[in-house]
Amino acid sequence: MTATVTEPQPLTFDQALESYEPVLGFEVHVELNTVTKMFSSAPNAFGDEPNTNVNEVCLGLPGTLPVVNGKAVESAIKLGLALNCQIAPYCRFARKQYFYPDLPKNWQTSQYDEPIAFDGFIDVELDDGEIFRVEIERAHMEEDAGKLTHAGASGRIQGADYSLVDYNRTGVPLIEIVTKPITGAGERAPELARAYVSAIRDVVKALDISEAKMERGNVRCDANVSLMPKGASEFGTRSETKNVNSMRAVEHAVHYEIRRHAGVLAAGGSIVQETRHWQETTRTTSSGRPKSEADDYRYFPEPDLVPITVTEEWVETLRAELPEPPAERRRRLRETWGYSDAEFRDVIAAGLLDAIEGTVKQGASPAVARKWWMGEISRLANARDLDPAGLGVQPATIVELNGLIEAGKINDKIARQVLEHHVDGEGTPAEIVAARRLEVVSDDGALSAAVEKAMAENPDVVEKVKGGKLKAIGALIGPVMKETRGQADAGKVRQIVLEKLGVEG
Amino acid sequence: MSEISRADVEHLAALAHIAMTDAELEKMTSELGVIVNSVKQVQEAAGADVPATSHPLPLTNVFRDDTVGHVFTAEESLANAPDAEGSRFKVPAILDEE
Repeated sequence: MTATVTEPQPLTFDQALESYEPVLGFEVHVELNTVTKMFSSAPNAFGDEPNTNVNEVCLGLPGTLPVVNGKAVESAIKLGLALNCQIAPYCRFARKQYFYPDLPKNWQTSQYDEPIAFDGFIDVELDDGEIFRVEIERAHMEEDAGKLTHAGASGRIQGADYSLVDYNRTGVPLIEIVTKPITGAGERAPELARAYVSAIRDVVKALDISEAKMERGNVRCDANVSLMPKGASEFGTRSETKNVNSMRAVEHAVHYEIRRHAGVLAAGGSIVQETRHWQETTRTTSSGRPKSEADDYRYFPEPDLVPITVTEEWVETLRAELPEPPAERRRRLRETWGYSDAEFRDVIAAGLLDAIEGTVKQGASPAVARKWWMGEISRLANARDLDPAGLGVQPATIVELNGLIEAGKINDKIARQVLEHHVDGEGTPAEIVAARRLEVVSDDGALSAAVEKAMAENPDVVEKVKGGKLKAIGALIGPVMKETRGQADAGKVRQIVLEKLGVEG
Repeated sequence: MSEISRADVEHLAALAHIAMTDAELEKMTSELGVIVNSVKQVQEAAGADVPATSHPLPLTNVFRDDTVGHVFTAEESLANAPDAEGSRFKVPAILDEE
């Protein structure tokens, strides 16, 4: 598509919303985390040498037959249930035929008019806590395609001399979730787009059916946008922005498409039904191929695979395995823990909900759990360029460390050092305290001697304290800490000084 | 009367990126027509009580355990490739698709 069409300038977002009502629709592809592929026993793995996670089925060699991965079907049913869908008692796979080298069979095995799950909804929480219900049309099973790299000056398909194909991703199980048209979001449409993708990602993570890493393409979103004049009920022509691969980008893409459509419509033009490509650098979309001629996939039921029947008993068995829905869990934890909205948001953003919940379950107070995970553990992780949850610190370790503080065996400062030694692999907190002899010096004799030495070396300070300047005691604590290698309890030192000088505290 | 028109064949050839001459189009239109008409005879045998099927055997739920089987080396994968570069298949650039 090289024809250059000069489009009118996009309107501002506010101008667009004055005249038009946006209608959204999303197709989200979720790559499952099964060990093997959808129809073959080749491994479902990322990042290996090209064309080494394939066998004869993945390469579509003549005479080979696919066999369905039962685990992937279970994942699809679970996702359907989590999205409040009906589960089809009977469904089939279908061939979606197209000729492009990302699939060597010349068709994608997918589902067409018989999806495994349909007619559901998900309640999406917006930034201010408002709930927006998005209705789900269907969720169906299919296989992922291979990865093409376009070789040539531009690195893009336009002007490429040839393409290189890696079929490792071919046949990776996918579930495609399709929404019904979403109306009524108005100016919050871009925010809703981000929140919807985020909610889907939370659900598949909670179900543990996908790695759910958008940057790796585990969750990919196609965003459909159309506009209709305010008060109208007939939808306008839509554009479909493909493979928008971060939540922020989904929000920006919808924002831009609303502005672009409004610009075209306000100038008296009409929207071309086409795919669009998201351009991260300019935060705009560019024209892809028009929808018309290519959408002739000639679907028919896949003759190489037998139908799938799902009994009510099977559905109920899987329903019983569903985790608490992520949105409900967040509400429950926020209320139980008593964090402020800001504190709770920070915990979510840091990805530490599980870690803190685990720590609280092991007996720490919510405040203590938050202090460690959001504080020292995050700092250590940051210094090592890791996620706090990926640092390897276990909830039980935090509980043990906090127990040592509460028992008066170490102070906060030492505890932070112990944690760092723990991260460096020196053992449990108790082992580290013992091995490094970090226990607070509470032995009065040793502490008393250290205090006397400090007082003898700082007669001026002693005079000040005697004169009633109790703050000056701070100047004695330093030398005492030095003498005891940081292991003295500051409160105790203060008490001993006061006792020795006969001053009231 | 054939159900396959010359326009159908042209359309399918275009979808499949196959260039066909006039003579080939004529021949293919007539041959496909014969095939479709032959297969159509099945409809006469099947009564209203026989549901349409996509599979000859009354089987459902043939599943595989989620355990890894054999894989090819990159060399084996590329054994039939017309062209390759590194460990990857090399194919002509296909425009107008992306």
